[in-house]
Amino acid sequence: GKNEYDLLVIGGGSGGLACAKEAAQFGRKVAVLDYVEPSPRGTTWGIGGTCVNVGCIPKKLMHQAALLGSALKDAQHYGWNISQPVHHTWSVMAQGVQNYVKSLNWGHRVQLQDKKVKYFNIKGSFSDPHTVRGLTKAGKETIVTADNIVIATGGRPKYPTHVAGALEYGITSDDLFWLKESPGKTPLVSYSYILCLYKIIVYICLTGVSPDVSLECAGFLTGLGLDATVMMRSIPLRGFDQASQISKKNQICFTIQQQMASLVTEHMESYGTKFLKRCFPTKVEKLKSNRLQVTWKNADLNTEETDSFDTVMWAVGRVPDTKTLNLEKVGVKTNSETGKIIVDASEATSVPHIYAVGDITEGRPELTPTAIAAGKLLAQRLFGQSSELMDYDNVPTTVFTPLEYGCVGLSEEAAVQCHGSDNIEVYHAYYKPLEFTVAERDATQCYVKMVCLREREQRILGLHFIGPNAGEVIQGFALGIKCGATYPQLMQTVGIHPTCAEEVTKLRITKRSGLDATVTGC
Amino acid sequence: SVQAHKEEDNPQKTMEVNGLTPVPDSYDYDLIVIGGGSGGLAAAKEAAKYEKKVMVLDFVTPTPQGNSWGLGGTCVNVGCIPKKLMHQAALLGQALQDSRKFGWQFTEEVKHNWMTMTESVQNYIGSLNWGYRVALRDTKVTYENAYGEFVGPHTIKATNKKGIEKLYTAERFIIATGERPRYLGIPGDKEYCISSDDLFSLPYCPGKTLVVGASYVALECAGFLAGLGLDVTVMVRSILLRGFDQDMANKIGEYMKEHGVNFIREFVPIKVEQVEEGAPGILKVTAKSTTGDQIIEGEYNTVLLAIGRDPCTRKIGLDKVGVHINEKTGKIPVNDEEQTNVPHIYAVGDILQGKLELTPVAIQAGRLLVRRLYAGATSKCDYVNVPTTVFTPLEYGACGYSEETAVEKFGEENIEVYHSHFWPLEWTVPSRDNNKCYAKIICNIQDNERVIGFHVLGPNAGEVTQGFAAAIKCGLTKEQLDSTIGIHPVCAEV
Repeated sequence: GKNEYDLLVIGGGSGGLACAKEAAQFGRKVAVLDYVEPSPRGTTWGIGGTCVNVGCIPKKLMHQAALLGSALKDAQHYGWNISQPVHHTWSVMAQGVQNYVKSLNWGHRVQLQDKKVKYFNIKGSFSDPHTVRGLTKAGKETIVTADNIVIATGGRPKYPTHVAGALEYGITSDDLFWLKESPGKTPLVSYSYILCLYKIIVYICLTGVSPDVSLECAGFLTGLGLDATVMMRSIPLRGFDQASQISKKNQICFTIQQQMASLVTEHMESYGTKFLKRCFPTKVEKLKSNRLQVTWKNADLNTEETDSFDTVMWAVGRVPDTKTLNLEKVGVKTNSETGKIIVDASEATSVPHIYAVGDITEGRPELTPTAIAAGKLLAQRLFGQSSELMDYDNVPTTVFTPLEYGCVGLSEEAAVQCHGSDNIEVYHAYYKPLEFTVAERDATQCYVKMVCLREREQRILGLHFIGPNAGEVIQGFALGIKCGATYPQLMQTVGIHPTCAEEVTKLRITKRSGLDATVTGC
Repeated sequence: SVQAHKEEDNPQKTMEVNGLTPVPDSYDYDLIVIGGGSGGLAAAKEAAKYEKKVMVLDFVTPTPQGNSWGLGGTCVNVGCIPKKLMHQAALLGQALQDSRKFGWQFTEEVKHNWMTMTESVQNYIGSLNWGYRVALRDTKVTYENAYGEFVGPHTIKATNKKGIEKLYTAERFIIATGERPRYLGIPGDKEYCISSDDLFSLPYCPGKTLVVGASYVALECAGFLAGLGLDVTVMVRSILLRGFDQDMANKIGEYMKEHGVNFIREFVPIKVEQVEEGAPGILKVTAKSTTGDQIIEGEYNTVLLAIGRDPCTRKIGLDKVGVHINEKTGKIPVNDEEQTNVPHIYAVGDILQGKLELTPVAIQAGRLLVRRLYAGATSKCDYVNVPTTVFTPLEYGACGYSEETAVEKFGEENIEVYHSHFWPLEWTVPSRDNNKCYAKIICNIQDNERVIGFHVLGPNAGEVTQGFAAAIKCGLTKEQLDSTIGIHPVCAEV
């Protein structure tokens, strides 16, 4: 045809690359544009998108680093003689993480090459529904035409620009993972106390959809020995009603469990993270010592308070990266409130032959695996004679806070909203991981909950788990839920002993009964 | 006929003949459970819920080394619990190494103190023993620390540590006596070797250890001992993990070899001699090849036998009440309601013939049995697709058919095996092996590509496998597996 490519993908992240590589499998001529606008601090990175560079991957690795810190403490109880002091060097970790991320960037480049996908490191914008033009870093203009275009530009962290000094002095997750030196220098950590020399504050505003990143970051920063404080406008995750996107079409309910969120933050508090609840910042100023002075209002006490920190990190949500795409030129409709691209069940936008996948799309979970799956299926529909649509129901996810939280299906609130509290049964249990016993660790927030329909079959609507390795635990059960698992079926499944996951198969106490839900021994 | 049988074995008559006080018409107990382990305790506590008069007899015959333990059975005292805790200790040793790559700094030399670990583990076990005593008391189950054996169809003789005998009668019985480690039957085995019954409370570090056997017990113990820094050798007669998927078993062995465990294949010990006394001392082991005449010798501080377990069914008077056992193995055959050939005598747990030797299976069987007996329930224990995990240094979780068994049952052309190596994200930064973790699923092509076998080799295999077991119980197919979104980044998403 007259267009140069069968498929042009704008955005080389999880969704974009999956779509491009899948289309190439069908022998199609595919091109990918990827460009990273440097953060206000100047941070930038290679191909792979958010997940690989400033999301899931570095986040989980730093979370692991923090977990290993706890392991060092546990190890003593298990007989390992580690002489004090033990301390953490940020730059060693950062280098390890950054090297691995770079190897992934490289891996993606090689894969694209192997699959004969053309890669342009340019920032594209639409000139017409089949034409995208862009400038390379050197300023050279490139024009690309394609029969089909997929927008997968993802999102970037928001700045609370109404707060004076926010842009000049604060960082975001875009910067945190690329810091070469500690955001709080390197305090000395010993087992009984943390020398609070240097501090970092993370401000999260709870009208955003993913406070997880902020809690996760505050969590691992604390675990690495830094003095971390989380400031939140509202009570933990209460402001989530706006985020409960109950799409009438496919009953997607993304409300993060209120109860689970409380348990997670409770644990973080006992872990050492400080919380400033019902506070919001008014300004950030730089001091002569190079520290940052943050002033905030305490909504409860109606007072103004101030303190100084080494680093201020904003985690107030993400904005879809559509500003420079020139979507208005070609008529791609976006949600007026969120700015995200509106798509139908087949990922099609309001303009024929223009599609969108991933974080940029309205009403979809902001998760790597869903973007990948959606991208692949889209390519299969476009070029592979498939008609399979993406199923966004029952997508499992995990928040990698110090005590992890994994879930699949409906939250309790959503279930009540969708079915009525009389029609659902909630089974729950507080348990203690075996490994915590000898390590003398507090398991107060280790908890599992299953939300089922009450009627005869007792189909499972949602499963929630707080504890170590939550992701590993939940994954298999997500499969079960996809198969329409019922409570009786789960009870028939024999547990693996001794694990945390077996607690799911042992759930017997209902919330309705009001009985003590603490698990006692085998 | 039943009537004749009743008259013949009249316990009252027997007792009168023996000059003992006649038992009243009703029995002392509704139910007597012989064996206070996973299965026995679960059954007893369940029966108490239905207001039945229940007694539990539990007694631990000391090991040849003189070791004994409290209420709770194998799992709690000398099985799953201490095993997993020591496995965890070994994993933490690895975590220490990893942590350096993640930026943690501490002195180069880190040594492990066996006594610190063992004390902590034993303290925890002690709390569990105590917990069980309390639980039985709270549920009004009578507990006696005494050795139970049948002396009549409805009569048990209970002998305590001091040798005092008492008689008890019950309407029904559940035998749940479990098993104990087997010895080789060679010179020096009982005198100088230890078993898993001794290892978890050993009051000294075992030092250079020879583990004899290729069972999961052998490999798990060898694995954590090596992880704690000890010099470990495993002597294997033929194959590893008999009964498990051999493809996976070999991978486990390979990993252990690459991580410092020595293997001596196709040899069996023929004698053990003491070279030096001590705690530990030095032992000399002589072994013979299974494929030729070759004889080898080696010196070790400790020899741990893990060649199998034998049911405790030979000396509990089963012959007196006519309960059949498999003469060769000692196991008790039961029907699908856990009933022996004697209608009022049941059995659960490791002693059952043809059933999996797992705590959760015993617990489930015990509970369901009691519900059928006293609560009018009909559910039977489902022994199909029971998931299990072997806690070797590289953990192995499985549910359903092994590849060999699937091929045997369905035919190679009717099954499809999907597999993949994976590299846990947490292993990347510390540069740990990138081609060892592995997962495979076996599907039945003729039945909608239903998943009939699941195998995973990697960290937290137990946590990963549990949910898949639930899904397999729900009839998971390959298509459903493919359409389920993965959680990222975790191992389970593979």
